[in-house]
Amino acid sequence: MLPEGLPGIRGPMAFRPETAKPLNELVDVLLRGPHILTRGERELIATYVSAQNDCRYCQTIHGAIAAHHLHGNEDLVVKVKGDPELAPISDKLKALLVIAGKTAESGKAVTAEDVERARQHGATDFEIHDTVLIAAVFCMCNRYVDGLGTWAPDDPEFYRQRAALVAKHGYAASTLQEDQQ
Amino acid sequence: MPHISLPEGLPGITSGFAFRPETAKPMRELAEVLLRGPNSLTSGEREMIATFVSDRNDCHFCQASHRAAAAHHLGGNYDLVDAVKRDFDTAPVSPKLKALLAIAAKVQESGTHVITTDIERARTAGATDVEIHDAVLIAAAFCMFNRYVDGLATFTPHDEQAYDQMGQRMANEGYVRRNA
Repeated sequence: MLPEGLPGIRGPMAFRPETAKPLNELVDVLLRGPHILTRGERELIATYVSAQNDCRYCQTIHGAIAAHHLHGNEDLVVKVKGDPELAPISDKLKALLVIAGKTAESGKAVTAEDVERARQHGATDFEIHDTVLIAAVFCMCNRYVDGLGTWAPDDPEFYRQRAALVAKHGYAASTLQEDQQ
Repeated sequence: MPHISLPEGLPGITSGFAFRPETAKPMRELAEVLLRGPNSLTSGEREMIATFVSDRNDCHFCQASHRAAAAHHLGGNYDLVDAVKRDFDTAPVSPKLKALLAIAAKVQESGTHVITTDIERARTAGATDVEIHDAVLIAAAFCMFNRYVDGLATFTPHDEQAYDQMGQRMANEGYVRRNA
């Protein structure tokens, strides 16, 4: 019996604050913390994995947050979800998205060649580590959201507004802020 | 060999944790709340869900270490943990835990596979909403831990004795420790 009115992951997070706290902290560090990859790039990885996992809420909200960080470029998000190799993004990000896609299938699917390709395009160990972990984290979040049968709004404007809030305040802070309203 | 330069001599997830302490902290806290925090499910039951999912994800490090942790919570009963891994429906565990394991099995495949009748079966067997929530999140969290461990190709020991000691520490001291 989840709190009513809260879409996606926010229902179960309000239901169980003890687990919401480390979950929000983990996502804040990975997607918003100091980094070589931009916030837009990291949100694109999260969006891509969520789309591979067919999680409507996660791919839509993180797609909206990615677009927000990328000057409103929703078209780029659509292209990355469609086929990263054809999208106008850096070769490094393309190689990292291959690693993310493999991680979503199974950690064992990631090969030394995949990692070598990312290195050749300039990816550091830190960026490779975080790509694997972002993909792994979204394999968790997607299953959490769908496994509990949460609901997802249809209106794209809802996601744009929420994206602006998260982009400004972060995951932990904006969840607290909105749920207290 | 690991895909990136991880600190040497540390097995499985502990090498990833040492490489990136900023992400290790919330991951350790999540494991602690889910597997050892106050709960109407025992730590043994929760560790068996973790072991079961890790086994289905074919993550040797996670399944071997949590198998040992579960056994230590269960008075050393490795046989019970192995029975759950083999076929939980015939294992000597409660109907409630069987129903929660069935939900965990679906979550391991995809969250969208969990259907209302799976939840109904758990409720009928006496599961509370928190127990259902936690079964889903434990299964989901191990889909993360397993991918993290194998996606970086971390060092996987194959020494049973090492896992037994690891499991003992996990069961007795927990997941939020220094140098663990």
